[in-house]
Amino acid sequence: MILDISNLHVNVEDQPILKGVNLKINAGEIHAIMGRNGSGKSTLSKVIAGHPAYLVTSGSIKFNNQDLLSIEPEQRARSGVFLGFQYPIEIPGVSNLEFLRVATNSRRQERGEEELDTFEFEDLVNERLKIVQMNPTFLERSVNEGFSGGEKKRNEILQMALLEPTLAILDETDSGLDIDALRIVASGVKKLAKPNTATLLITHYQRLLNEITPDFVHVMSGGRILRTGGGELATKLEESGYDWLDNEQNIKEEEN
Amino acid sequence: MASQNQVGNIISQPYKYGFITDIETEKISKGINEDIIKLISNKKKEPEFLLNFRLKAYKQWLKLEEPDWANLGYSPIDYQELIYYAAPKDNHKKASLDEVDPKLLETFNKLGIPLNEQKRLSNVAVDAVFDSVSIATTYKEKLAEHGVIFCSMSEAVNEFPDLIKLYLGSVVPSSDNYFAALNSAVFSDGSFVFVPKGVNCPMELSSYFRINSGDTGQFERTLIVAEEGSSVSYLEGCTAPMFDTNTLHAAVVELIALDDSSIKYSTVQNWYAGNEKGVGGIYNFVTKRGQCKGKRSKISWSQVETGSAITWKYPSCILLGERSVGEFYSVALTNNYQKADTGTKMIHVGANTSSTIVSKGISAGHSSNSYRGLVQMGPNASGARNYSQCDSMLIGDKAAANTYPYIRSQQPVSNIEHEASTCRISEDQLFYLQSRGIGFEEAVSMMVSGFCRDVFNQLPMEFAAEADKLLALKLEGSVG
Repeated sequence: MILDISNLHVNVEDQPILKGVNLKINAGEIHAIMGRNGSGKSTLSKVIAGHPAYLVTSGSIKFNNQDLLSIEPEQRARSGVFLGFQYPIEIPGVSNLEFLRVATNSRRQERGEEELDTFEFEDLVNERLKIVQMNPTFLERSVNEGFSGGEKKRNEILQMALLEPTLAILDETDSGLDIDALRIVASGVKKLAKPNTATLLITHYQRLLNEITPDFVHVMSGGRILRTGGGELATKLEESGYDWLDNEQNIKEEEN
Repeated sequence: MASQNQVGNIISQPYKYGFITDIETEKISKGINEDIIKLISNKKKEPEFLLNFRLKAYKQWLKLEEPDWANLGYSPIDYQELIYYAAPKDNHKKASLDEVDPKLLETFNKLGIPLNEQKRLSNVAVDAVFDSVSIATTYKEKLAEHGVIFCSMSEAVNEFPDLIKLYLGSVVPSSDNYFAALNSAVFSDGSFVFVPKGVNCPMELSSYFRINSGDTGQFERTLIVAEEGSSVSYLEGCTAPMFDTNTLHAAVVELIALDDSSIKYSTVQNWYAGNEKGVGGIYNFVTKRGQCKGKRSKISWSQVETGSAITWKYPSCILLGERSVGEFYSVALTNNYQKADTGTKMIHVGANTSSTIVSKGISAGHSSNSYRGLVQMGPNASGARNYSQCDSMLIGDKAAANTYPYIRSQQPVSNIEHEASTCRISEDQLFYLQSRGIGFEEAVSMMVSGFCRDVFNQLPMEFAAEADKLLALKLEGSVG
């Protein structure tokens, strides 16, 4: 099992946001988490990656059978956890190429591979650029600085292509993309999915799931996973919206 | 886990240059008066004109007031408690490096400045100054083949008195300010560079200043003259042992650029900064000024200021010759309780002169970092242009950054641009880099060095990497 989340409770500034999340992801699977704004989807992705603003009050996250919560975010990344950001961060002055090289080498080092020098890395990055159909001039710019929304998302997938994660979490990667960019991103994600890796898509909308068919769809509401099903659950959400969930949530709260 | 506060905490770096060399030192008695000045001049076997220069400066110093306008605030200095001359006992300049005290060579080895033939830096000539005296200058003969003079100031006053008489004090007169007057009265050693007409100096020149004695002030004096059509690039570095008392360093640097010549002057300043509570460290009061005397001449200052408890320093350009160019590129990093008040003055006198100012201040801990700069367009400076950019980066929430730009223009046909920004390393930026496998400290230093990139690009190649490493070292520490 790649990811095993058990009864996870998380606070932000003393406010409970996640209230008992359970989720298991096996190798070769693609999962999707859907839900409204504020349901806790993005929080879950950031907690897995180790964002310092979130406090885990109880529960556990295991990654490849290893306790994830006790290690630093950089170590999680080196071990193969990747988070594609909903809003990729701009870092003025730091060259994108240098950033990608340092990141790639830290992952390679962890896997016992040789570090790449600047020339070897350029060969690798130029090959991976094709997956996201990016122009090499992006490499010369500062990390995400002045990138359009679509360019930022493609830069995220480029990072994923270089880091070759075991678990790729893509947080609203489809938001802000036009249909062409969405197809490029989706085909990139599909190419990078391997039998020994897993993908967790976090999204509002069906449209990404039309491009990438998930094995499991989870619906989050009020800090919990309310429902789990196959691809048909996404279709149902697309047709009838999230309102029907409210009744189910009320029932669940009464049970507790 | 890393948070904004911890970014502040990690910057308690060890100072690896804090050792003391155990060497027999000759010191004169403490205090300053005419007899002390005569004694210094006598020890250095100086010609009479220089003794007169010193005595005149001393009289001017007595009339001047210590400046208090800078954003510094430090405990008063008792000038009668300081020692104004200290030198290794056997301080006769040696004909060959083999004769120099091995302890001194070892000291410079430890500082990363090997002086002996086999190990010395290739393509960089070094003048090594220990307390009040220069102990060795490398590559002198090779430079002499090109007509370039590179020697200690003490040698220059005896060997090239006419040049010294002509240029010493011509850019920074001894009455210029309190610390310049003090330096003019008691200056000990420093470097002299003279590049004759049409010569491009074939190698980088560098002076390395080392304070070893805790109770002794260091007052070095540097003079660089570039004749018509010549060019030279010069770098100074400095370190000092860790003492819990404050040591005074008051230097004067004068640059003179004649027609079509260019001088590039770079500084990597890493004096001891005091401990994490702000005890000890160097008081660094420096007057640096260049005169673009000739047409189309150029003077470029680059500085990386990371050390000293107190920094008071404004490397400036007087742009006299028409179409002359002045540049100032600065990175100033303060941490703990360090205080820096630094910047530049660009005085446009001639027509069509231009200047560029790029200043990057990084404040961490409880430190305070001020940029203070003057851009002045004189009545004859028609068509003059200036561009200034002053950026501040705050690390943690207890540090301060200030910008004091002064602009004076008496010239309607001139162009002055000023841009300023302040930023903070955000938790989200750090998390983003960390989530890609980049360690916390490396993430901080990547962002700091990205912030400083415009300035590092201006440093001589050999030293740009050094400066980057130095900043990383300053930001090194344990992650909480």
